Amino acid sequence: MGQILLNGIVKSYGKEVVVKNLDLKVETGEFLTILGPSGCGKTTTLRMVAGLEEPDQGMIKLDDKVVFSRNDGVVVPPEARHLGLIFQSYALWPHMTVAKNITLALKEQKISKSEISDRLKNALEMVQLTGYAERYPSELSGGQQQRVAVARLIALRPKILLMDEPLSNLDAKLRTEMRASLKRLHRDLTATTVYVTHDQIEALTLSDRVIIMNEGRIMQEGSPYDIYHHPANIFVAEFIGDPGINLFEGKIDNGKIKCSDIEIPLPENFPKNKGRLIVGVRPEKIEVSKTKKNGWQEVVTGIIQPTGANTIIEVKAGETPITLLQNGFITLPENSKLWINFEHDTFSCFDPETQENLRNNVG
Amino acid sequence: MIHLVALILKRRKICVIMWVKFMAISAGNNKPKFWSIRNIFYQSYRLKNRPELIIGLVALCFLSFVVLVPLLQIIKDALTFQSYDLAYEPDGVVGEFTLFHLDRVFNQPISAALFYKPLLNSLKMGFAVTVIALSVGFCLAWLMVRTNVYFKGIFGGMLVIPYMMPSWVMAIAWLSLFKNDRIGGSEGLLTYLTGVQAPDWVAYGFFPIVITLALHYYAYAYLLISGALATVDSELEEAGATSGMGKWKRIRVITMPLLMPAIGSAIVLTFIRILGTFGTPALLGLPVRFFTFSTQIYASINARNQGDAFVLALVLIVLAISFIWINSRIIGVRKSYVTMTGKGFRKSESDLGKMRWPVTVLLILFLCITVAMPLILLLWESLTLIPGDYSLSNLTTYFWKGQGDVSLAYGEPGIIHNKGILGALLNSIKLGFAAAIFNGILGLLVGYAVVRGRGDRLSKWLESIAFAPYIFPSIALGAIYIGMFSTSIGPIPALYGTFTILILITVIKNLPFTSRTGIAAILQIHQSLEEAARVQGIGWFRRMLRIIIPLSMSGLVAGMLLTFITAMRELSLIILLISPGNMVLTGLIFSYQEQDMAQHSSAVTLALVLIIITISVIVRVMSRSAGVGRLNVT
Repeated sequence: MGQILLNGIVKSYGKEVVVKNLDLKVETGEFLTILGPSGCGKTTTLRMVAGLEEPDQGMIKLDDKVVFSRNDGVVVPPEARHLGLIFQSYALWPHMTVAKNITLALKEQKISKSEISDRLKNALEMVQLTGYAERYPSELSGGQQQRVAVARLIALRPKILLMDEPLSNLDAKLRTEMRASLKRLHRDLTATTVYVTHDQIEALTLSDRVIIMNEGRIMQEGSPYDIYHHPANIFVAEFIGDPGINLFEGKIDNGKIKCSDIEIPLPENFPKNKGRLIVGVRPEKIEVSKTKKNGWQEVVTGIIQPTGANTIIEVKAGETPITLLQNGFITLPENSKLWINFEHDTFSCFDPETQENLRNNVG
Repeated sequence: MIHLVALILKRRKICVIMWVKFMAISAGNNKPKFWSIRNIFYQSYRLKNRPELIIGLVALCFLSFVVLVPLLQIIKDALTFQSYDLAYEPDGVVGEFTLFHLDRVFNQPISAALFYKPLLNSLKMGFAVTVIALSVGFCLAWLMVRTNVYFKGIFGGMLVIPYMMPSWVMAIAWLSLFKNDRIGGSEGLLTYLTGVQAPDWVAYGFFPIVITLALHYYAYAYLLISGALATVDSELEEAGATSGMGKWKRIRVITMPLLMPAIGSAIVLTFIRILGTFGTPALLGLPVRFFTFSTQIYASINARNQGDAFVLALVLIVLAISFIWINSRIIGVRKSYVTMTGKGFRKSESDLGKMRWPVTVLLILFLCITVAMPLILLLWESLTLIPGDYSLSNLTTYFWKGQGDVSLAYGEPGIIHNKGILGALLNSIKLGFAAAIFNGILGLLVGYAVVRGRGDRLSKWLESIAFAPYIFPSIALGAIYIGMFSTSIGPIPALYGTFTILILITVIKNLPFTSRTGIAAILQIHQSLEEAARVQGIGWFRRMLRIIIPLSMSGLVAGMLLTFITAMRELSLIILLISPGNMVLTGLIFSYQEQDMAQHSSAVTLALVLIIITISVIVRVMSRSAGVGRLNVT
């Protein structure tokens, strides 16, 4: 129940191909996030699952039922796919009250009146909007409107939930709250969920599995932990993580990776015959000391940005800019000296030609 | 705009070709063969899935039939020998290709009277009226939007009243004032009061036509320009001020360029309407044999020389198209600025200072001349027993409620007892309502198909063809419809002389505006509102009923009201198509005027104007109280 299968999906608008031969399987009850920059084809993919866009080629199955197949000439309209979709704009009908918004589709399905009022009550309770039934959407705050959209979905009890950047119109604080309640919703409904976002924090916090898309292709697919720690290529490495990953181009020489201003110890089990490579080090994986330590590299500070719990420190080693992330609220004058150390084996190495992660291949 | 016209010109293809091409495009490459059974099944599945395509196709076929086919028909008629031409060339073979009509219109001694003089008159009239109407409209718009003149609220409502009246009301009022003894019958108020005969150039011809038309058409320029002016953010001008520009330079460098698109469309709108207008040139021009294109077309049709009329109508269309083209060349497509912004929007009004009262008085005077005076003159005229005698002792209510006295006005009874008038009134109201409803539905469907189908060629074609009637001057469209519907076509009977043809032509002529309204109304309904319903399993018909129609209602009602007003006061468009069987009020007024029955024509005109104003006020109040205030959501 609630399985989604996409097979060889291609979609183009005019000459521009936005989804390129996409294969995707979402298991029953799974929370899958499609993450990517704008224009990567993620929303188009979601809309194709919903039936609001038609693929040019390929096949889509919901629950083992073919809902689209170019070759067999099958197109099931969105009306008949029985899934739930939350829009970025919430898409509440402005001329109807909250209650009407929630019950319109139920009435169309000829569900009995008592059942409808039960479901309405239940849905409003779940999103904590009891008592708001007779309000119009314009009389609600952004967060409340969002919750009405969720309630509208709950009342229909779909087995598949699709969410198209549902939090992007909310302010930062509300977003954190709603994130938690969406996760709760997924748990309570046990529905298969496909969540589309460009926000990596949403992707990392919510998902069982994350798919990273770029230019119509899947760049990597895996658990949030894997995506963060073992990026498959430079694109994923750069896209995930805030502040962004440090990338240094260098060469293996005498058991070390030599970059223009810094040296990084070579990981174990690394094929030594490799030529040039790009090293990616996450800012929090670089050790920092205010006092000189043996074997550590000296750097000069630039802009310091304390965010409260953490501090982002920009430094330069010679001409190479490096970003560091330290716990705590740190203030330092500009141009002070620091010493940094690359922890052993906490970084990724990429092939400059293919952009792929070399160490993933090693194992 | 040039783009649309170019599209219309280039893409004169019948819908079968469009359909095949469209399907071929949507099929694309590396897919099953286009004609394979599987693909046909797939395409029909797709079609079922996209209601906007079905609506678009049906609308496109219908509009091609009522817009493009008639045009081709009169081109064909103009270039083939017709039975009525036998009177001039008895040896001709009916139905054969001939340049006879072109020759007559362009290259014979008769051409001067038939073509060149009317052409010159129409162009002169068009330019003069456009210049005056635009200047007046611009000044009024500036006063109302950018200065602190008194009584803005009242003036705002009063200034658009001429827009609701038929354009020739002013002409009838002019005649009551300045009519001289030239055409016999009674004389005007001027002669009655002073004994002086107004000279011919004041009473008839070019001068009064230009003045009366300008006093009507300024309302269009005023509405368009004040609308645009109200959306120019004062901050843009203030930005100019902070960079050191003087007041006049700011207006010249910042404000005027931003207004250019609105001014451009005001020019085009006015000019094309003037080219196609019939009532005023007929009332004020025909007595002195001052012919314009429109009155010449009317005369040719009446003289059974339809071929001449068709050629003239085609020239008129070519004129209109080239005018649109030149205008869009000058204004440019790139310059259709969007000056509306959601934030920081402020309007600054400049203080008129000492001039505040004088300007206000001037405005009141202007309104007296354009609104109050014609209506008072009409009323007075309708109350005189013997025409031309404006003394109190001569006042009578006979023409309103008389029973029909053989010694007066050919025995025509007064308005409330006159079956002819009441029948025509009923027809006018029927025409207004029918046109409004059909236009509302058609505008909504076209808007839906165009907006939802954005990106498809079908959508572009539909938008262009819905816009096409705009470039047909009213009288030319009437001529086209005579050519098309005077005989039966397949299952459709000959519509000439029926009420249906009046509804049809009114709907078609108003389509450019209602489809604009429809497109704008659908555009403001975010696609996701409908998609949300779709995903929840609500079918197309219910979506239209529960979501699209309620949300676009306010725009639609405004569009339908406009259609109603236009239909009620229309004369130029339908003058060639009315007959005793489908008489409407405007046609009746014209025939009374032709028979020199001034009291009847004045009384009926006044009644017509009052009905239009009353109904539009009622609709406005109703749609306001219907509560569309809740619709402004994020």
